[in-house]
Amino acid sequence: MLESGLDAAPAASVAPLLSVAGLRVEFPTRRGTLVAVHDVSFTIAPGEVLGVVGESGAGKSLTGAAIIGLIDAPGRIAAGEIWLAGRRIDNLPYTAMRAVRGREIGAVFQDPLTSLNSLYTVGRQLIETIRTHLGTTQTAARERAIALLDEVGIPAAARRIDHYPHQFSGGMRQRVVIALALAARPKLIVADEPTTALDVSIQAQIIELLKSLCRDHGTAVMLVTHDMGVIAETADRVAVMYAGRIVEIGPVGAVIHQPKHPYTVGLMGSIPSIVDERERLMQIDGSMPRLTAVPSGCAFHPRCPHAFDRCVRERPELLPAGATHAACWLVA
Amino acid sequence: MSGALLTLAEVTRHFDVSPPWLNRVLERKGRVILKAVDGVNMALRRGETLGLVGESGCGKSTVARLIVGLYQPTRGTIVYDGVTLAGDGAAATDGALARRARRGMQMIFQDPYASLNPRWRVADIVAEPIRAQLPNTAQVELERRVVAMLEQVGLAAADGVKYPHQFSGGQRQRISIARALSTNPSFLVCDEPTSALDVSVQAQVLNLMRDLQRQLGLTYLFISHNLAVVHHIADRVGVMYLGRIVELAPTRQLFANAQHPYTRMLLDAVPDLEMTGASRTAVGGEVPNPLDPPPGCTFHPRCPHANERCRREIPALLPIGGELEGEVACHAVAEGRLPPRAVALRVARAGTA
Repeated sequence: MLESGLDAAPAASVAPLLSVAGLRVEFPTRRGTLVAVHDVSFTIAPGEVLGVVGESGAGKSLTGAAIIGLIDAPGRIAAGEIWLAGRRIDNLPYTAMRAVRGREIGAVFQDPLTSLNSLYTVGRQLIETIRTHLGTTQTAARERAIALLDEVGIPAAARRIDHYPHQFSGGMRQRVVIALALAARPKLIVADEPTTALDVSIQAQIIELLKSLCRDHGTAVMLVTHDMGVIAETADRVAVMYAGRIVEIGPVGAVIHQPKHPYTVGLMGSIPSIVDERERLMQIDGSMPRLTAVPSGCAFHPRCPHAFDRCVRERPELLPAGATHAACWLVA
Repeated sequence: MSGALLTLAEVTRHFDVSPPWLNRVLERKGRVILKAVDGVNMALRRGETLGLVGESGCGKSTVARLIVGLYQPTRGTIVYDGVTLAGDGAAATDGALARRARRGMQMIFQDPYASLNPRWRVADIVAEPIRAQLPNTAQVELERRVVAMLEQVGLAAADGVKYPHQFSGGQRQRISIARALSTNPSFLVCDEPTSALDVSVQAQVLNLMRDLQRQLGLTYLFISHNLAVVHHIADRVGVMYLGRIVELAPTRQLFANAQHPYTRMLLDAVPDLEMTGASRTAVGGEVPNPLDPPPGCTFHPRCPHANERCRREIPALLPIGGELEGEVACHAVAEGRLPPRAVALRVARAGTA
């Protein structure tokens, strides 16, 4: 199930660190089952940054949550498999998954204030995480916590470790959250909108930090964001999601500059840039369908300028299209 | 300043955020004043779009609220269409005249989920400004106007009987625009109108705003933290930092040849599609606490070109001079000791893309 050919050339030569195959996330409701993530498959190689983009409701955050094992009930993984470093993790019991989460997969969320406990000093939270996962002594854990804070660029780490989250600014808090995610030296970090709540100058610092950590430690990152600019600067490969499915996946340069799927084309054209001079932005009319009313065939067909009758009837699979893979009858 | 539709002169707004009196006495602390807007000078020409950018807490939303009269300035003068609305001379302005002038401006807010009353039908929402400002309008005329407004922003006349929750974010922002346009204003203050929207929907709203500007000859004050959006929509751009305008210049010039070190830093920080895989030097430091701003130029702790004078003396907003239009508040620029900005890389990349 993993040989679907979705790996780009560099990833194919190495055994993937993470493989997701046929992932389906469902929410049972009184009016029937809503499928929020539909047959999603991808891999991440060690040290690779996979960007996952899409608009609100595309299912990108849920895909991340499924990998960390944090889908809230009544939502559930209804089908598919998630393998991390040769071990299947989607069906682990709660306690076993707790050991994986934090130890092997780190998580960074959008809002740094809600990711930290405001009643404990950041040091206590870091030390707790380190001791839980690495079982070191209090003294060693504290030393490591200071080293981590130092590594993520917090000045005067030895003093700041005893401060509470409210004593940090937004950008510094996000650095603390990244330090927490790194505490047990995980192989994979799932970062869900890590820069969205931050100002642009701070955002640049955090992107730079994530990139350098990847480079130095070979940590793979799944970067979930709606901001194509962040993806362009950070990711090696990009997956574009629409209405719960991956519609295009490929190397970052190809997806941005030669997108094949009409949705990706529209998405790229609708982003204003500080370097070009356009009279009008490209516009995709309408909006993403609600999960209760996903159109038949290709879910994008009501908004697609090139849709023909096959798009209404039949759903396209992800197939090679130029340098990327796209799910569109135009390229099939 | 002939031809200016709106002029702000030394507009300042302070907020008293002191602890209660008893605490101040017991803890021997003085009053704490937040200078949200500190001496802003700018003029909007008729029919242009002025973009206002800056990071959170720089005072750009306070400027918007001062202009539409949601706040009164602590100091300074606001003149709209020849009528002094606030500051010196405002007391002498005839009340009816001021009301008529205010009718010419409307505001669009950031969050289309919070700015529409969920219990009102869309037709009532769009009709509200007409009912408030022109209460003598006949019902037939009112309904005709509402339908015309809805169609103008790309909604159907039948949408008037629906409630806001039946619309998506982008459609709600269209309703906000229809409401703002219902009294035929000539000036719109748009406070982050697309920040809550997805990019494809943002493109729809930006295109709509541009079309409306052309059809109706509107003037926009467009506030955003997103430099790319401002680059797309604005004719001139003002950059704010800690309550002051640090640079104000025509859009093309500002993005190609930024003068103020803060503007340059912001531009370098914007992630862009053309920057695939490129590494850049992230700028250190953060916006200082606005309750305790640094002396002199408030940007000096983060500025690579700061010297003794910058730490002492607040720079005034002065014309850039030379062949460049616009104004900048920077001692280094005024003294000519700022190196030209390295933009070659970015332009070259854009060319090959």
